[in-house]
Order: sequence, then C-alpha cells, then structure tokens
Amino acid sequence: MEVWRFFKKTVSMVFIGTKIYYLWCAFLLTVIGIAIAFYIQQLDAGLIVTHMRDQVSWGLYIGNFTYLVGVAAAAVLLVIPAYIYNFDPIKEIVVLGELLAASAIIMALMFVLADLGRPDRFWHIIPFIGSLAFPNSLLAWDVIVLNGYLVLNTIVPIYILVKTYFGAEPSKKLVIPLVLLSIPWAVGIHTVTAFLYNGLAARPFWNASILAPRFLASAFCSGPAMAIIIFQLLRKTAGMRITNEALFKISELIAYSMFINLFLLGAELFKEYYTGTIHLAPMEYLYQGLHGHYSLVPWIWSAFFMNVTAFVIFLIPKTRENLITLNIGSFFIIVGVWIEKGLGLIVPGFIPDPLGEIYEYMPNVNEIAISLGIWAFGLLIFTFFMRIAIPIQRGDFIHSKYANPPTQRQYERIKP
Amino acid sequence: MMSMGALAGFSLGSLSCTKTGVEEFLQKHIREMSEGEKKAVIGRLEAKYLRQYSRKVRISTQPAEKGTLWGYGLDLSRCIGCRRCVYACVKENNQSRVKPQLQWIRVIRLKKGSLINLENAEHYYNPETVPEPGFMYMPVQCQQCENPPCVRVCPVKATWTEPDGIVTVDYNWCIGCRYCMAACPYKGRVFNWTEPNLPAAELNTEVHYLGNRPRMKNVVEKCTFCLQRVRQGRYPACVEICPTGTRKFGNLLDPNSEIRYLIENKRVFRLKEDFNTEPKFYYFFSA
Repeated sequence: MEVWRFFKKTVSMVFIGTKIYYLWCAFLLTVIGIAIAFYIQQLDAGLIVTHMRDQVSWGLYIGNFTYLVGVAAAAVLLVIPAYIYNFDPIKEIVVLGELLAASAIIMALMFVLADLGRPDRFWHIIPFIGSLAFPNSLLAWDVIVLNGYLVLNTIVPIYILVKTYFGAEPSKKLVIPLVLLSIPWAVGIHTVTAFLYNGLAARPFWNASILAPRFLASAFCSGPAMAIIIFQLLRKTAGMRITNEALFKISELIAYSMFINLFLLGAELFKEYYTGTIHLAPMEYLYQGLHGHYSLVPWIWSAFFMNVTAFVIFLIPKTRENLITLNIGSFFIIVGVWIEKGLGLIVPGFIPDPLGEIYEYMPNVNEIAISLGIWAFGLLIFTFFMRIAIPIQRGDFIHSKYANPPTQRQYERIKP
Repeated sequence: MMSMGALAGFSLGSLSCTKTGVEEFLQKHIREMSEGEKKAVIGRLEAKYLRQYSRKVRISTQPAEKGTLWGYGLDLSRCIGCRRCVYACVKENNQSRVKPQLQWIRVIRLKKGSLINLENAEHYYNPETVPEPGFMYMPVQCQQCENPPCVRVCPVKATWTEPDGIVTVDYNWCIGCRYCMAACPYKGRVFNWTEPNLPAAELNTEVHYLGNRPRMKNVVEKCTFCLQRVRQGRYPACVEICPTGTRKFGNLLDPNSEIRYLIENKRVFRLKEDFNTEPKFYYFFSA
C-alpha cells in the first residue's frame, strides 16, 4: 500500500527533524498558545478588549488581512516567469511559492475570523447553507475568490509533489492550465480585496481608483521579498536547492514593481495635495498629522524611507546581487509595505470619521498577541509544507521501489 | 476554508451546549422563517429575557403597514443642542447604558458659517447651558436611506429596508464584521463591543424583534425611527421628547402629512446628498 505509506510517512516526517526544526516549532507553538489565551478572552468579553471603536471599526486584524492577501497574490510573480518565459532557475521554486501563497491565504482568512464579532455565526456566510450576499457585497466576492485561490494553490503543489513521489513527471496538460488560471486569479483576489474598500463612498481615502493598482504593485514587492528571505532560510536549514541567480532575478522584478508602487503613490499624493479639498484630511492625518493627532506620522515616513531605500538597492545591480544588501532591501520592503498596507491603509480610512470626529487608534496587547499567533500558525503550516515538499523535491522522500536502499531513517536527517 | 471551519468550531466552545444554545445557533434569518418558526423564536427569546432581566418582555413582529413610508424632518433653526433626544432614544431603545453607553443620535456642534465641512464639528461639547452664541447644532442619526450603502455591503443580508422604508437589522443574524459601519456616510450604526449593560429596572419591555429588543455582544445596531412605536401610530421617542419642536415625523406617502408639507413649503436639504444615498431624513431652516 504505497498510498498508505506516503500518508503515514508524511505525517511522521512532520514530527521528526533537526534540533533547529524542533526549536522553531516549539517557538511557534508557544506564540500560538499565548494567542489562543488572548483569543478566548476576546470571545468572552467581546471585541471591546481591542482598541477598535465605532469611529475606527477596523484595525490591525484587517490590516494584516489586506497585507497577506497581497503576499498570496504575489505567488503569481514567481509563476509567470517560470511558466511563460520558461526561466528554469525559478521553475523549481514554483511549488514552494504556491505553498507560500496557500499559507498566506490561510492566515488572511484567520485574520478575518479574528476580526469577526460572531464567529459562532460563521455558517451564515457559507454559500447555500447561510445567505451569502452575492453579488452585492464585495465581502461575499472575497469569500469566494479567496477560498477558490486557496484550493487552487493547494491542489497544484500537492499534485506535483505526489507525482514526484511516485517517480512520475507531473502532467503538463493538467498543471499548466491550472497554473495559468492561478495567474489571473491572483490578480483577482487582490483586486477584489481592494474593491472591498474602494467601493465605499463614505471613505474618501479608499474611494480612489488608484487603490487596486497600488495594491497589486505593492503586493508584487512584499510577496517576492518574503520569498527571497524564506528561500535563503530554507537553503540554509532544510537543504533546499536554489541558486543565487534565481534570487537575483526575483529582486530585479521587485525593482520594477517598487517603481510602479512609488509612482502610483506620487500620483495619489499629487492629486490630493494639489486639489486640497476636504478629502485631503485622511492623507494629511497620515503624513502630517491632523488637528494635533499624528500617531501614524512616524510610521508612514519610516515606510516611505524603507520603500525608497529598498528601491535603490534593488535597482542597482551591484547591491541587488550582494546577499547582504539584498536581504536588507527585502527586509525593508516586507516591513515598509506592511506599514503602508496595514495600519497606513486601514486606519486613515476612518480618520476623520464621516461626522468629522478623530479617534486615534493604535493596536493594543490583545490585538498584537492574536495577530502574532496567526502569523505563527501560518509559519507553522508553511514549515510543515516545506518539511514534506523539500525532501520530495530533493528526491530523498520517494516511492519505496526507488528508495534504494530503503532505509527507515534516510529522510529523518537533513543535511544542508 | 478548513482553517476557518476549525476556528469557528473552536469558538463554539463559548456557546452553551444546551438545547436553547443549539436552537440559538441554528436560528434562521427572520425573513426566511415561517409564522410558526417565528412564534417559536419569539417564545424562546422572551424566556431568555425573562431569565436575564427577571421581567416579562413582549416582542412584537408587527409588519410594516401598507401605504406607509416614513420620513423625518429636522429644523436646524430650532435645535438648541440639549441632547434630550439622545437620552430619550437610549431609554426607549434599550441601549447599553454604561461601559459603554451606546447612542443612536449624535448631536454635533458647528461654528456658524460652516455646514458642509464637518471636520470642525465638536462632538463632545459640554457647556453649562445651551444654546451657545455663535454655534448651531445638528443632530445626526440613521438617515434611513432609500439607497443604503450599509445594506448593499452586508455579506449575509443581515440588514435590509423594510416596506415602510426603515432600515433594520436581524441581531441574531449579524456576524459582526462591521462592513456596514465602514460603508455608512452618516455614522448611523454603532457596535456592541461587549455584552450590553442594561439594568433590569431600566428595561423597556415593549419591544419589536427588528427594533428595540435587548441586543447581545458583537452585533451592530442602529436607529429604526422607533419602529416599535411608529407602526402603532405613535411618534418616535426623539420627536416626542424634543422641547423645541425641532423634530417632525410623518408618512411620505400621505399628501396631507406634516412631513410632506415641510418638503413642499420649506427649503429642505439632505445630508451628503451628493452620495446619492437618498435619505428620508430632511433638514430645513424654518427661520
């Protein structure tokens, strides 16, 4: 029973690893445990344990959700060159890119759930069982496209991995159409998520046509930047095979995306500041402070500095192809875009509120703990994915008839 | 989906696993219930409120009367900013009283000379006496839009416009996502960030399922023009309490109603008319 062996070993592999692997998992589980304690408190007392209020009714959770949808969408950036231009060094990391996308979507959905006041009524949103308001509500669209994207990005890598395990070449006729489908779908999930905010006339900060293009541009920076860091970590710790050349190619693509992102930001700033209508207020709050309230100002300028610095690093071939500066740039982009698209996008949408009130929001310990827990959960899932995917791709974890000699412990020790 | 399901399952732990708990969990959307199912739900809710407040609450499900479309008039030259309407509303509609107090009406103070730009509005003015020279007051509540952005965005159809024009919420169907709050240009919705704090002695026991029945934590609520009152031919509580006659109310379909007279004879305007939300809430100046 080869299928049973595959299943059994997959499960057991997750529990076996190096010391670093155990430490890493223990660390993530601790963070998750703390988050669960905070979440139980939130369920019990209500969302009052957060710093969200009627004036600013979405905060850190929805900010993280938006950011992670972007990370998930950016898997497409790894897929396009691999399949369309047949760029081989990237090709081998498509499976990992898609698994990263799947993990990001899982986190994004968990953030929505953490933000939901009544998770016990979750079933109301399930199509046919509940009463999903499709097509009127953009949130209904998001439920559909995000779950579809999750399925797509799970099926393709699993299919490729299982085929590889059985020593067969994955069928191109099956994989390529699905991968090609995932490209517009990736654009779709992030566009729909942008439209979620974009369609609200009550919030002039979001009600700008530039929102969806900016979402895509910034996603195509943060997602690949995260991939660059993760692939290097996996190369060091799990013996994943990836060439520097592939990393440099990704970083070049980031440079183009960051250029577009900064250009769109400039276009937005020009329009708001030159016309200077009352709709400028949220932008003013974000970049300059408004009526003595300026808690986001240091954040957004840090983001601006990090994004511009990273752009310069990725633009110049010399710094782009140096691992130290490459990693500094990637780190700057991950954090810079997170600020820009997390708190920097969600909070000013609510400030000032429709009747002109200013309520300053900063997440509190509860929100931070729960958010970290969701990140830890996503990373744990991704770690497990990698724990199985990398040995399969390396040919270490393979059908018993190819495993020669078929030693029990062969896959248990991983050498870089 | 898997992860969401798992977490949703996890959260069920907080629900009691009693028969009532299960029934509550499985309760359908009010608009999809048969008359029998409605009766059962009302019975269960009344029993629940009796346990919770030790008082008999009567929950009405009275539907909208044919030929009615409710409209509101607010005379900005009369309002003195006393906020009696705010508190009468809280009392009538069983809002949470403290920590926090939920209010469906917000009276903002504007410097004379500025009306459209609300950025300089003062929400928490608190002088010894009102009115204050140099200021005007503008009460804002749900504008009962004919084209309500809040209804459009709700992902589970938990909020809708009744045939008499009132935008209502099924508190037992709302999932607490707060998308409607982001969509409303009038700050017409407030959220129960925690279990409402309503002393039994202050409970108004004459309630409507879609209106002033006691709410639960983590659901949204809003002004319903006191639908429990207006469907029985009474004025909303805010209209009744107003000491200056600022507030007018009536049936827009009745050509002889006061609201129709005002619209035809006064220079009325609606808040943020450029949003095309078509409010049924008319502001005007009598002087």
